[in-house]
Amino acid sequence: MAVANYDRWSPIYGKLGWDIFPIGETVVVVTFLVVAILGLAILAAITYFRLWGYLWREWFTSIDHKKIGIMYMILGVIMLVRGFADAVLMRIQQAMASAGGEGYLNAHHYDQIFSAHGMIMIFFVAMPLVVGLMNFVMPLQIGARDVAFPFLNNFSFWMTVSGAILVMISLFVGEFSTAGWLAYPPLSGPEFSPTVGVDYYIWALQIAGIGTTLSGINMIVTIVKMRAPGMTYMRMPVFCWTALCSNILIVATFPVLTATLALLTLDRYVGTNFFTSELGGNPMMYVNLIWIWGHPEVYILILPIFGVYSEIVSTFCKKRLFGYTSMVYATVVITILSYIVWLHHFFTMGAGANVNSFFGITTMVISIPTGAKIFNWLFTMYKGQIRFEVPMLWTMGFMLTFVIGGMTGVLLAVPPADYVLHNSLFLVAHFHNAIIGGVVFGLFAAIAFWFPKAFGFSLAPFWGKVSFWCWLIGFYLAFMPLYVLGLMGVTRRLSQFEDTIYAGYFFVALIGALFVAAGIVAFLVQIYVSILNREKLRDVTGDPWDSRTLEWSTSSPPPFYNFAFTPRVHDIDAWWHMKQAGYKRPTTDFEPIHMPRHTGTGVILAAVATVLGFALVWHIWWLAAVSFIVAIGYAIDHTFNYDRDYYVKPEEVAEIEGARTRLMTQKAYAV
Amino acid sequence: MLRGAVQMAYYARLCGGALMTRVVKCLPILGLLLLSGCNLVVMNPSGYIASQQSDLIIYATILMLIIVLPVMALTVFFAIRYRASNKKATYEPDWDHSTSLEIVIWSVPMAIILCLAGLTWVATHRLEPYSPLSRISADVPIDESVEPLLVQVVAMDWKWLFIFPEYGVAAVNEVAAPVDRPIRFEITSSTVMNSFYIPALAGQIYAMAGMQTELNAVINKPGTYKGFSANYSGAGFSEMHFDFKGLNDADFNAWIDGAKSGQNALDRAAFIQLDMPSIANPVTYYNTVDPELWDAIINLCVEENKLCHDDMMMVDALGGGGLQGLYLREAFAGICTADDPVAMLAQINAKNGQKLTKASDRTSPAKLDSDILRQISRPSQQTSIAYPTDRKQ
Repeated sequence: MAVANYDRWSPIYGKLGWDIFPIGETVVVVTFLVVAILGLAILAAITYFRLWGYLWREWFTSIDHKKIGIMYMILGVIMLVRGFADAVLMRIQQAMASAGGEGYLNAHHYDQIFSAHGMIMIFFVAMPLVVGLMNFVMPLQIGARDVAFPFLNNFSFWMTVSGAILVMISLFVGEFSTAGWLAYPPLSGPEFSPTVGVDYYIWALQIAGIGTTLSGINMIVTIVKMRAPGMTYMRMPVFCWTALCSNILIVATFPVLTATLALLTLDRYVGTNFFTSELGGNPMMYVNLIWIWGHPEVYILILPIFGVYSEIVSTFCKKRLFGYTSMVYATVVITILSYIVWLHHFFTMGAGANVNSFFGITTMVISIPTGAKIFNWLFTMYKGQIRFEVPMLWTMGFMLTFVIGGMTGVLLAVPPADYVLHNSLFLVAHFHNAIIGGVVFGLFAAIAFWFPKAFGFSLAPFWGKVSFWCWLIGFYLAFMPLYVLGLMGVTRRLSQFEDTIYAGYFFVALIGALFVAAGIVAFLVQIYVSILNREKLRDVTGDPWDSRTLEWSTSSPPPFYNFAFTPRVHDIDAWWHMKQAGYKRPTTDFEPIHMPRHTGTGVILAAVATVLGFALVWHIWWLAAVSFIVAIGYAIDHTFNYDRDYYVKPEEVAEIEGARTRLMTQKAYAV
Repeated sequence: MLRGAVQMAYYARLCGGALMTRVVKCLPILGLLLLSGCNLVVMNPSGYIASQQSDLIIYATILMLIIVLPVMALTVFFAIRYRASNKKATYEPDWDHSTSLEIVIWSVPMAIILCLAGLTWVATHRLEPYSPLSRISADVPIDESVEPLLVQVVAMDWKWLFIFPEYGVAAVNEVAAPVDRPIRFEITSSTVMNSFYIPALAGQIYAMAGMQTELNAVINKPGTYKGFSANYSGAGFSEMHFDFKGLNDADFNAWIDGAKSGQNALDRAAFIQLDMPSIANPVTYYNTVDPELWDAIINLCVEENKLCHDDMMMVDALGGGGLQGLYLREAFAGICTADDPVAMLAQINAKNGQKLTKASDRTSPAKLDSDILRQISRPSQQTSIAYPTDRKQ
């Protein structure tokens, strides 16, 4: 148990003191050493190879949507390793405890782990990966040269990093929340969570939330204003449609999260009673508000991934997507419906039968457009020529797995069934089924699919297949036993068990988690092997999969300006249509291209925000005030920076495009 | 394994002898049993409510399988049939629309969901946890003359308190009920949100401080069943479980007598003592219960010097006590149950030289001394609240 004294306060150090480092907890200390050694090794390597300047100029300060997208993805993968480590720790604890022991984690530590696992996986793994993907792919797909607000994009990314850093700091400085990933009050209130854990949770989410909201606005404006000429809404690739809907959801719901957490913050810092049980406070209000954000969040994650599957299915079936129009309408219907289902997360709170039935039925209704989407992918395969490359394998895994998750989801939407399954491991299995089988599989499909576009060489398929099979087998082994355990009446978040009848299931689940671990390792090995063999895997054509949408019309990786000439669009599958029409790449008569300049403001603001967050967590008011003023001042100062854009000279464009022409002809001769 | 086999044989017999619906019901259970061995308490409960809920799971699953199984089969079939290496399969790269197919893929799921929605509406109303039962089991209607057994449940850090007002006894971490007698649980919490759940008996419902939720259920088979909190509530959550005993009438009376034979009285002081956080609290019985205790728990005023929620709400409903109200809390006690609350408030205000407060006199808590606010909002850390007398008029 942590014994740090969180009641003390000094004007200079706030609540900080030497006892806040959890040196008593072996697990944490070992983790800290591993992270510290790895981190130092990476920093040392960067210094040794003199990469700081390069990273700062070409990546950190970059406002290129492609590089920001890639950085988002890297952040997501790093945090996936952290979140997954938490998952394995839980699996080991439950396997040990259910076999009759006490396990190796005390309740206090275990509670932090599952709180961190859920929060990290949603906010710092799934979100960065999905946002990064949209960032990279969407502007290319609509034939744009960048997003609408390039600096804002960089700032959004670094704010997300700032939130992630705060969560990571909580591992070793003080402690993390023990109130679950949604921090329900009164448990998360000052009375029951007097430590700094919930404060880390709040400020990490608030800072990252600023990034997410701004990024949502940015993407909507980009899609609405910056589509290539001829790309009407109904000629937009499905991925862009899903990205549009997802970002509309972000803009509409993240402010709700921000407001909800702000009220919780007031309860914790000022002594208000919004969510306490007394003085007119009402915890049920928090539960409603958090899920008014929380349910659309599920669709924020899954909608763009539905778009990914649509692109992949039509590419690898070498066929137009079946039912484009109904796909678009299904997406829009899901977007709207996702707002009126939130109560299904707490049927057991005692709302009446009418209210519960209403929300149960609206939830079921969502499965109609979702089902239509599945059918559309199915009939895209029908009479196609299916190539089972790695992205298509993930898609097949998704189609077979996700329907099970959908089915258990609809089951949970029946209120009386939910009364017996709510909060059980059945529920845990259900949402992992939907998120792993839906979002994660889709993200790996997307990474395999767009990797050659991003880096100019494909991922080695062998390790991709190893990763896929490990994930697939691992998923079923890890979560099917949880469905059964849920039906055996085992609830979630337990670290101790009464008897040993569950041991076998938890053991199988642990084996499953180890398979998933192997899948993650195989994925990392795949990247490493592919970098080693990059010359062999090089994509010179820019279109390695014989794809259909505009991003494949430019080189791999695309030049920083994306397209030498803004493409003109005549059909849904614009690039496929261009190929069919015998499109010839222009090699002369280039024009100046208007591009934004790099800026370090995003990094600096986010760094100050991290300090601000840390100061607020530890009640160091002077530091909070100073960093807040610095952040605002610096942001205002940045508005006076008028040197934000420039024109790329036609000669430079000609040189870049000429190099590509030479490469393509060389390759043609080589073949 | 052996128990699983016995259970399967039991179900096989059920299936053999019973109606068609039973057969439909049994097949998935058999499948699940094969998968699991046994002990699926959620699918094989001992109370009528829970067994209807498990039936509902099966019906809903079957309805959904109507569409899910063909989709999975088609996915595999199309994947094999239209693989690129199969040159015999037709290839139509531009075929991307079929109105009739679109109608089918929207309307079939719609039809299924329509059925499921109807089922949901009916089942949700029939299994509404607040409604009194209408049947004891599938074949036995309720006997109107039998009063339900009232059990008052308090979720605490980290244990459960059960009060039996009819018998004047209470128990910690153990609850009993006679078989086939309807039970009415009134549920609250003295701490954070928990969820009261006995899988063998009926679905769960949240336990929340300052509020009361309800659950009506009946146990049909004698036995000892597990109950626990199904909503994470902090450090002792894993040990927050209890035994629910379904007893025949004689055994139940013996259980009550056993509880009565002790020497523990559950009064306000004993409750405050019990309310201190504890993990894996042993089973404890109380032979008497303060009849006012339950109201005090619900209204968060077990400590005598705290203003009860219902009184506070009455004062608020009458326009509030104004700034002075915060220092007159003791005077407001009992206003909710007073014969004429308006007169009482007027009297209190008159005695303190005040008229009925106008809206403009009300003050925001932010203006108040933050120490007082903290004391009021964190009662459990505070044994007595000292109101500054110098400000009392």
